[in-house]
Amino acid sequence: MATVAQAAALKARHDSERSVGVAFAIMLAFLVAGPFLLYPVFLMKALCFALFACAFNLLIGYVGLVSFGHALYFGWASYLTAYAAKSWGMQPEIAILIGTATAAALGIVAGIVAIRRQGIYFAMITLALAQMMYLVALRLPLTGGEDGIQAVPRGRLFGLFDLNHEMTMYIFVLVVVLAAFLLIYRIINSPFGEVLKAIRENEPRTISLGYQTDRYKVVAFVLSATLAGLAGSVKALVFQLASLTDVHWTMSGEVLLMTLVGGLGTIFGPVVGAFLIVAMENYLASFGQWVLIIQGAIFVVCVLVFRRGIVGELAHRLHVRL
Amino acid sequence: MFQIFGIPSQALFGQLLLGLINGSFYALLSLGLAVIFGMLNIINFTHGAQYMMGAFAAYLLLQHLGINYWAALVIVPIIVGLTGIIVERLFLQQLQKLDPLYGLLLTFGLALIIEGLFRNYYGSSGLPYGVPDALQGGRNLGFMFLPNYRAWVIGFSLVICFATWFAIERTRLGSYLRAATENPTLVRAFGINVPRMVMLTYGFGVALAALAGVMAAPIYNVSPQMGSDIIIVVFAVVVIGGMGSIMGAIITGFTLGIVEGLTKVFFPEASNTVIFAIMIVVLLVRPAGLFGRGA
Repeated sequence: MATVAQAAALKARHDSERSVGVAFAIMLAFLVAGPFLLYPVFLMKALCFALFACAFNLLIGYVGLVSFGHALYFGWASYLTAYAAKSWGMQPEIAILIGTATAAALGIVAGIVAIRRQGIYFAMITLALAQMMYLVALRLPLTGGEDGIQAVPRGRLFGLFDLNHEMTMYIFVLVVVLAAFLLIYRIINSPFGEVLKAIRENEPRTISLGYQTDRYKVVAFVLSATLAGLAGSVKALVFQLASLTDVHWTMSGEVLLMTLVGGLGTIFGPVVGAFLIVAMENYLASFGQWVLIIQGAIFVVCVLVFRRGIVGELAHRLHVRL
Repeated sequence: MFQIFGIPSQALFGQLLLGLINGSFYALLSLGLAVIFGMLNIINFTHGAQYMMGAFAAYLLLQHLGINYWAALVIVPIIVGLTGIIVERLFLQQLQKLDPLYGLLLTFGLALIIEGLFRNYYGSSGLPYGVPDALQGGRNLGFMFLPNYRAWVIGFSLVICFATWFAIERTRLGSYLRAATENPTLVRAFGINVPRMVMLTYGFGVALAALAGVMAAPIYNVSPQMGSDIIIVVFAVVVIGGMGSIMGAIITGFTLGIVEGLTKVFFPEASNTVIFAIMIVVLLVRPAGLFGRGA
């Protein structure tokens, strides 16, 4: 009997690995062919947001923690990268490292404060912390206030590759985002990731099994914040701009929307969601406030009738894990 | 004129008054959030938008129908409260058995829609709403000048806050409400229509937000983003106070308003972040909040 069960489990695991592999191959093919079909800047923007949403999903989808303030890490990393590249003349890889490290540091502080409450309070606390740092960004000379930091030099990667060349920049962004994507996949499927999922399903029981769940939650929070920061740092170089938009609460709402549309707790959902929402915003850019209204409407529709999201629904129909 | 801690008394009391005004709105809004949370287990993210709708409704009634402030004070909470009831019937009711997170997401989406619609039609700039004639001017208290309208706002919001507290903590209807918060199934078994009570509670919470909006219209300009500006601060207020107690929400709201006002006098750079800083300290020292009961 045991061997039959084991074999079934092994087969299920094998199947799910295969479905993930197929989906990854499709995504890779699309992203490699992408710059020949679509504007590279659009793709790079979507890729940055895809990474941002994947980082966010690590927390909401796999630990069940709803952060309403992820713009904090995205935006501040973007500021520090822009500042390091422009005012200190740092090379792009160092500038990105500085931005990402800033996000990690902010994530440690915010994580320790926020995990002291759960559920709905956690969401409100993260939102309030992000708003606080938004107001700081508004006043601090480093951020350039309303103007932001403009004309950030992209520089030469490792002193070798000129990132002002659009295709070089695209390859760089693609490599960074794919590496981070695989890292997140690895985290989710590690023993550490299993504990995170256990916390999501039943925290008291996880505690009773001897896990110090608060530590796991803080680590997951910091990982998520750091990767969100990486996305913000790369974004600063792509657009050569860091601005208040990136730290505003609407940005936190946007990443939540991307993840929700794609599918909470799915591997590919955030990527699909990010591409869809970024595309929608591109097309609706000239319609002003309608973007806000449509975003709100998508939220309402998703919550009422489409809680699995696109990829979640697809995976459910096909009986696979995506 | 005299000085306190090297600060002219006019400036000190002026900021204190402004703090009390802000505190009135914090108290009214966090009160509404607490009432809604108690009954529906939902954080009403639309609260800020409903506050803004209150201010806009007062403005539009005056502009198009010539309905003055005093009538608006009664009519607007009813109208906006009714829209709240519609929202509850159409959307929130369906979320009862789901994770409270979905309530937050849905009301967030609604807030975006409402703010977007108002921005679309009225732009982002503030629209002026005059102080009602009866409350024009002010009086000199010797140590400071007190505008009549501001005195009215503080006094009236105190009355509303305590009336709400009384209704919930001291009346029969309030006791049903508290019982239904604790155990809705049991209360239904006693023949009380709990779903209707939930609906009316949401309507009441929304009406409180709209009332705050009408009162705010002559002080701050009427603008589409006035709601989202204040609601995040109110969230911090709610985290600090904890949502378990009505009186706690009132006291925390007013106190934090005053603290914010005083910070503006002594350390102006920090005035708009001080409430968030206090939230961090409270979370580290007393995670359940000052008046909270557990997580």
